[in-house]
Amino acid sequence: MLMALLRRLVFAFCLASLITPAWAVAVDTPLADPVLEARARAIHKQLRCLVCQNQSIEDSNAGLARDLRILVRDRIAAGDSDKAAIGYIVERYGDWVLLQPPMKGRTVLLWLGPLLFLLLAMGLIFLWYRRRSGSTAAAVAAAPLSADEQARLKALLDDREQT
Amino acid sequence: MSEPISEPSSESRPRSVWLRFMPLVVALVIGGFLLVGLGLRPKEIPSVMIGKAVPVFDLPALPGRPKGLKTADLKGQVSLVNVFASWCVSCRAEHPLFMKLKGEGIVPVHGLNYKDEGPAAIEWLRRYGDPYDRVGADLKGRVGIDWGVYGVPETFLINTEGRIVCKHIGPVMEADLRDKLLPAIKALRQGDTAQC
Repeated sequence: MLMALLRRLVFAFCLASLITPAWAVAVDTPLADPVLEARARAIHKQLRCLVCQNQSIEDSNAGLARDLRILVRDRIAAGDSDKAAIGYIVERYGDWVLLQPPMKGRTVLLWLGPLLFLLLAMGLIFLWYRRRSGSTAAAVAAAPLSADEQARLKALLDDREQT
Repeated sequence: MSEPISEPSSESRPRSVWLRFMPLVVALVIGGFLLVGLGLRPKEIPSVMIGKAVPVFDLPALPGRPKGLKTADLKGQVSLVNVFASWCVSCRAEHPLFMKLKGEGIVPVHGLNYKDEGPAAIEWLRRYGDPYDRVGADLKGRVGIDWGVYGVPETFLINTEGRIVCKHIGPVMEADLRDKLLPAIKALRQGDTAQC
């Protein structure tokens, strides 16, 4: 009884989660020219929504995201290049709206940071390996087998050869 | 044949002492970042409009209310431009403060009525009071976009040259006015530069 109810709930939830993504684009009127519309859509995907901060304006349901989608379509329809249309938005909202921040003085660390960390990690691992192999070698050299150990080793090896 | 294998003593490996404190060091570093993160406000997006001249715009007045708002109106005196709407809940929180500014004649406040309906805005002003000198009706929100508005309310401080000095995101509270806006307005009137 309970299981059946649960199963029904899970099923309903799955259905609901299938439906939601459709909201985002349903309200927009696309441009008549499919080429221009495709360019506008490509730009929408590069622009970050200011209200739902980790979505692109393409994905967001926010009113402002819709306004910006329409604005981009208007710019493209008016003959703007992709760069000019993006620039128009950046002029008003800053680099913040770009999902891929541009490479410039202030963002060098952002772009090269991962590489720096990779190099740092590789350096540390290299040092660690060198030190470890160095110390084991030193330990072996510092402690040669005693006569007693030599004898035991020999006995073991002989024993093994016989079997 | 099981003999206890003796671990090398810690004296022979001084780096292990250092290693022992690694979890603490890592925890402190992560904790430090999280502590700084607590004080950040990711919802407040830095405006690129600061220091720029106000956008070129010319908005009509609300129906039945004189005086629309355009670029030229914002030159010649220090003023505030408040982005508001009748549908905006937190606008009501800051509203009494603007009424006070008007009542005491401290600084002219202009309204940018963002994506609202004229009659609704007029009704809102009738009910809660009209603190604005000029009000421009931005029905489609295009002028708001030109100002870099991304939420309502927002409040801009404009200097005598018609440049945006600073932007307050969210409702203006008593403390914001006292600590940020009023000192900046005073400085601007004395011909100093100001930031807030």
